[in-house]
Amino acid sequence: MVDGAAAVDSAPFSAAASVRRRTLGGEAWRRFRRHRLAVVSAVVLFLMIAAVALGPFLWRVPINDIDFAAHLQGPSLAHPLGTDDLGQDLLARMLYGGRISLAVGLAAMLVAIVAGTIIGAIAGVSRGAVDSGLVWLIDLFLSLPQLPLLLLLIYLFRDQLKAVVGAQIGMFLLIVIVIGGFRWMSVARLVRAQFFSLREKEFVEAARALGASKLRQVVRHILPNALGPVIVAATIEVANAIIAESTLSFLGLGFPPDVPSWGRLLYDAKDYLDIAPHWALFAGGAIFLTVMTINYIGDGLRDAFDPRKVI
Amino acid sequence: MSRYVVKRLLIAVPSILGISVILFTVLALAPGDPFSALATDPSIPPSVAAALRAKFGLDDPIYLRYLRWLVAMLHGEWGFSFASRMDVATLILQRLPTTLFVLGASQVLALIVALPVGIYAGVRPYSLGDQIASTLALIGFSLPTFFTGLIFILLFSITLHWLPFVYSSDVGGTGLEWYWLHIRQALMPVAVLGLFQGATWTRFVRAAVLDVARLDYVTTARAKGLAERVVVLKHIVRNAMIPVVTLIALQMPVVFGGAIITEQIFRVPGIGSLLISAILANDTPVIMAVTFVFACLVILFNLIADLLYGCLDPRISYG
Amino acid sequence: MHEQELRTLIGAVKAGRLSRRAFTRRMIGLGLTAPFVNLMMAHEGMAAEAAPFAYKPTKAGGGGSLKLLWWEGPTLLNPHFAVGTKDQDGSRIFYEPLAGWDADGNLVPVLAAEIPDAEKGTISHDGTSVTWKLKRGVKWHDGQPFTADDCVFNWQYASDPATAATTIGDYKDLKVEKIDDYTVKIVFAKPTPFWADAFVGPRGQIIPKHLFEKYKGGTSRDAPANLTPVGTGPYMFVDFKPGDLVRGKRNPDYHMPNRPYFDTIEMKGGGEAVSAARAVLQTGEYDFAWNLQVEDEILKRLEQGGHGRIEITLTGNIEHIELNTTDPWKTVDGERSSIKTKHPFLTDPAVRQALNLLVDRLSVQKYIYGRTGVATANFINNPKRFRSLDTHYEFNIQKAIDLLDKAGWKPGSDGIREKDGIKLKIVFQTSVNAPRQKNQEIIKQACQKAGIAMDLKAVLASVFFSSDVGNPDTYTKFYTDMQMFTTTMTQPDPALFMRQFLSSEAAQKANKWQGRNITRWRNPEYDALYHASESELDPVKRAALFIKMNDLVVTEVVVIPEIYRPVVSGIAKGLNAPISGWDSNLWALQDWYRNV
Repeated sequence: MVDGAAAVDSAPFSAAASVRRRTLGGEAWRRFRRHRLAVVSAVVLFLMIAAVALGPFLWRVPINDIDFAAHLQGPSLAHPLGTDDLGQDLLARMLYGGRISLAVGLAAMLVAIVAGTIIGAIAGVSRGAVDSGLVWLIDLFLSLPQLPLLLLLIYLFRDQLKAVVGAQIGMFLLIVIVIGGFRWMSVARLVRAQFFSLREKEFVEAARALGASKLRQVVRHILPNALGPVIVAATIEVANAIIAESTLSFLGLGFPPDVPSWGRLLYDAKDYLDIAPHWALFAGGAIFLTVMTINYIGDGLRDAFDPRKVI
Repeated sequence: MSRYVVKRLLIAVPSILGISVILFTVLALAPGDPFSALATDPSIPPSVAAALRAKFGLDDPIYLRYLRWLVAMLHGEWGFSFASRMDVATLILQRLPTTLFVLGASQVLALIVALPVGIYAGVRPYSLGDQIASTLALIGFSLPTFFTGLIFILLFSITLHWLPFVYSSDVGGTGLEWYWLHIRQALMPVAVLGLFQGATWTRFVRAAVLDVARLDYVTTARAKGLAERVVVLKHIVRNAMIPVVTLIALQMPVVFGGAIITEQIFRVPGIGSLLISAILANDTPVIMAVTFVFACLVILFNLIADLLYGCLDPRISYG
Repeated sequence: MHEQELRTLIGAVKAGRLSRRAFTRRMIGLGLTAPFVNLMMAHEGMAAEAAPFAYKPTKAGGGGSLKLLWWEGPTLLNPHFAVGTKDQDGSRIFYEPLAGWDADGNLVPVLAAEIPDAEKGTISHDGTSVTWKLKRGVKWHDGQPFTADDCVFNWQYASDPATAATTIGDYKDLKVEKIDDYTVKIVFAKPTPFWADAFVGPRGQIIPKHLFEKYKGGTSRDAPANLTPVGTGPYMFVDFKPGDLVRGKRNPDYHMPNRPYFDTIEMKGGGEAVSAARAVLQTGEYDFAWNLQVEDEILKRLEQGGHGRIEITLTGNIEHIELNTTDPWKTVDGERSSIKTKHPFLTDPAVRQALNLLVDRLSVQKYIYGRTGVATANFINNPKRFRSLDTHYEFNIQKAIDLLDKAGWKPGSDGIREKDGIKLKIVFQTSVNAPRQKNQEIIKQACQKAGIAMDLKAVLASVFFSSDVGNPDTYTKFYTDMQMFTTTMTQPDPALFMRQFLSSEAAQKANKWQGRNITRWRNPEYDALYHASESELDPVKRAALFIKMNDLVVTEVVVIPEIYRPVVSGIAKGLNAPISGWDSNLWALQDWYRNV
C-alpha cells in the first residue's frame, strides 16, 4: 500500500519518497533489468549488430580477395578468423554476411511472430465462422509445398520489386516475406490454443464483467499471458530464418552465391570439416550466439511482462 | 461438443477440395519443365520434348487439367509419374514403410527427450540442470540438420566405423539379423532428426511448464502436502500439455511427408526425397498426390488437436 | 591446320615417328573425338586393335555383391526413353548394344560378332550402308533368342515420332534391313561418314521385340517391360524403385564365357557427390561412385583413407563460357536476346579478347578441379608439343587492360570502363553447383581488377537446363551477357556438337528457343564449312574441316573454353573396372571383377 497515506510506523519517511508511479512499461523495464542473463544478452546482441554494421568500415580487408596461397589457414594476425578455400578472409566475410543474416533473421522472425500472433489471437477469441475460416487458412498454408511456391513467387515478383525498390532491397523484402510467410502457422496455432484456455479463465471473466471491450481484454489481459510459447517460437524462428536464407541461396533463389551469409558460410564449410574446422566453427558459432542472445532476451521479456511473477 | 465434431468433419471435405485447387494451380504455374533434361542433350531433337508435353496434356488449360485429376482421384487412380511412368500410388507405397519407420522413430525419440527434460527444466528454472539442458537445446536447433548429420557421419561412420551411413531399404539377412541391420543404419538419421526436433520441443515444454508452475493451484497443491511427483504429474503437466499437443499435431503430417535434408544426407529413400526429386523434375502427378495426402493429414491432426484441447482443459468450449 | 598438315601427321603415325595416342590427344585438342579419330585412321588403313582387357577370373559367379552409387538414381529403365546418363547407366545393367567405345575410342563388339570393315565389305564405299553380323547363341533373359528381328524392331520403335524416344536422332535418317537371322544392313538416306551411331554405345542399347512390339508408338510408355527389363546383359532384373534402387542378379546364360564375376548387383541413387565419394573412399560401403564433381582437394584427402582410388578418364566434355552476341537487355518484338539486336560491347573483338585473358584457367584447375579438370584454350586439351596458331591460353590482367585501353574503353569515375556512354557491366550466370560458383568468383575478381563490373547469378539446375518456354532463366534464352556450363561431347561424332554454331540453329522465340546456337553467333564461313562436312566422306578431309571450324570459333572468341572435364569415378580397392569416356560408365560391366 503505497498511495499517499503514510502508515503509522512510517511516519519518519517524507511524503515525497513514499509515492512511486508505477507504469506498466516502467515496471517491465525494472523486472527486465533484474534478469542478469537477459541484460548481458541484450548487450551482446547490440555489440553484434554494431559489429556487422560498422565492422566493414573498420576492418578493411576485402571480402572477395582471392589468394590461393593463403587458403584454408587457421586464425592468424593477418586473418583473425582464418581463411576459406579460396583464401578469402573469414572475418571480413562474416562481418559482411552478418548484416544479411541478422537482418533477415530478425526481420523474418518478426514477420512470422507478428502475423502468427495476430491471426492466432483473432481465431482464439472468435467462434464459429471466423474461427473455421482462419483454421482453414492455417491448414492451407501448412499444406502448401514450399519449393514450387517459392519458385513461383520469386519468378512472379522479382522483376517488379527490383523496379520499385531496387535489386538488393527487393530481394531482401522477398526473402523476408517468403521465409516469415511459411512459418507463421505454428505460432498462430499455439496462440489460438493458448487463447482458448485463457479466455475462460476468471481474470478475463472479471475484465469482461467490468465492461472491457474485446480488444482491451485481448491486449491487456489475455495476450500477456499467452506470450510464453510465442517467445520460444521467436528464438527458434531466428535460427530457422538464418538457415532458410542460405537454403534459398543454394537453390539460386536468394541472394547471389557470392554473398557470404552465415548460413552459406556454414554450408560451404561443411565439406572441409576435417581439413579446416575453424571455418565451420566460426560460422556455426555466430548463428548459435545470435540464437542464444535472442533466447535470453526473450526469457527476460517474458519475466518482465508476466503479471503473475511475484518479485 | 459432438455437434462441433460433426460440423468440423463436414467442413473438412470442401476445405480439402479448396486446398487441392490452390495446390494444383500453384504447381501448374510454377516455372520448370518435366522434360528439361531432354533440352541439354544435343542429340535429342526438340520435337521429342514437344511431343511428350502434348501427350501428357501439359499444354491444356489449367482448369481442364485439374478436373481431369479430380475425376481420376475420385476413381482411385492416382496417376502416373511423368518421369518413370510408374503408378504414383506404387511409388508412394514403396517408400511409406521406410518413412514411417525413420520419422516415426525420430518423433518418438524427440518426445522421450523433450518431455522429461523440459518438465525438469520448467520445474527448476535457472538451476544448473536447467542451464545445461537449455544450452544443449539451443545448440540443438541453431545448428541445421545438414551440419549435425555430417558431424555424426564423420564421427560414427568415418572415424569409428561403427555405423553405415548409406541407408539401404534392402538389407540382407533374416529374422533378428534383419532387425539389427535396420536399426544400425537407422540410428543416425533418427538421432539427427529426433534430437533437432527434441531441442525445439524441450524449449516449448519448459515454457509451458513455467507458465503453469507459478499458478495458484500448484502452490495450493504443494501446500496441501502432496508429493512433488504428484504435483508435477497430475497438476502441472496436465495443464501444460496444450501447447505440446498443438506441436505434436503439427508434426504428425511430417511423419508422412518426410524430412528432405536428412533423407538426402543419409540417402534414406523416404517420401521426402521422392517429393523433392519430383519437385525438381516438375513431376506434377507425384507432387499432387503427396501434397494432397499431406493436406488431408494436416486437416485431420489439427482437428484431433482441437478436440483434445477440450479434454485437457474442460473449460474450453467451442460453443 | 590444313588437310595437308593433317595428312603429314597421319603419315608420321604410320611411320612410327608419332605415337597413335599422342596423335589422338592432339586431334581431341582440335575439337575432334577419339572414336572419330579411330574411324579416320581405320579409313587410312590403320585400324586399331582394341587392347583386350585382362579379365582374370576363370569362372562365372562367386564374386559376391557389387554395389554402385550414383548420386542421381535412374527413374526409368528403357534405354530409348533415357534422359541423361543415370537412366542410360541403369538400363545398361540389363541391356546391351551391338558395340561399345573403349577409353581410346576403339569400337569393341558386344552383341556383334565383329566390327564392320571396308576391306571385309561390310562398309560400303559410297558411305550409304553398313552391315553388322550378330553374335549367335545370345539369349534374352527370358530364354528367347536374340536375332536380327530385334534390331529391325528397335529401329522402327525409335524412329517412330509417336514413341517420342530420346534416341530418335540416331535412327531417323536410315533404314534397317534384315539380311538373315544374324545379319542386318543399315542403309542411310544420304552418304553418312560417321556410320557407327545406330546400335552403338549407350543410345544403341537393344530392347526385345517380343516384349515391346505390342507397345509401339502412342502406347510405348505403358509397356510393363519398361519397369521390369528383360535384356541380354550380364545381370538379370530383380527389383526397381525409381530414384532409389536398381537390383540385379547374375545371368547364368550370359553370352561371354566366365562372366560376370559378381552374383548380385545393386545401384543406389540419391544424395550428393561428396558423400558418395566418402562412401567409397572412406567407409568402403560401396564399390563404385559415379561422376564425382567434387573439389580435388577433398578427393585427395578422402583417398588417404586407403579404401579406394579416384580414376580419371578422358572424354570430350568441356566447361566453357558463352558470350552473347545479341543484347539481352533490350526487348524487340517481345523477345530479349533477339537476333535483331547486337550486343553493345561483347561484339567488340577487343572486349572478347580481353575477357579471354581474364579467365584464370590455371587457378581454376589447380584449386577447384585439380585432377578432375584440365585447363584448355581449345575445345579440349592441347598438349604442348604441337601448337596451332592461336589456340593457347594466357591469364594476363595487364594485357587485358592494355587491350581495352587501346580500343578506347577508359575507366570512368566509378572505375568501370566505358566508351561512348556504354559501361562494361556484365551479368554472368550459371547453374547452382559449388565448384561453378567458386569459378565465377575467380573470374569476377579478375574482371574487377581490369575495370569490368560483374554481377553473378546462379540458377537452379533443373530450371537452368529446362526447355520451359515461359521461364526467363533458361540457358537457351540466355537473358544475360555471359553464361557458363559443360557441354557434353559423349556423342562420338563431333558433327552434332558443331551444330551449335550454325546460323540456322540460332535460338529464338520462333523456334521456341530450341535452336542449339545459344550464343546466336552467325558466320557464313562457318556455315559453309559445316555444310561441306556433312557430305564429305574422306575422314581426313572431314577432320580438316572440323578443325577449321573449331579454329574459327576459338579465334573469334565466340565461346571461351575453360576446363576440360574428364569422367571422375571413385573405385574401391581391388576392383577392376574399365571405364570409358566415350560410352556409358557401365559399358564393360561384364568385365568387372575384384582381386582376391
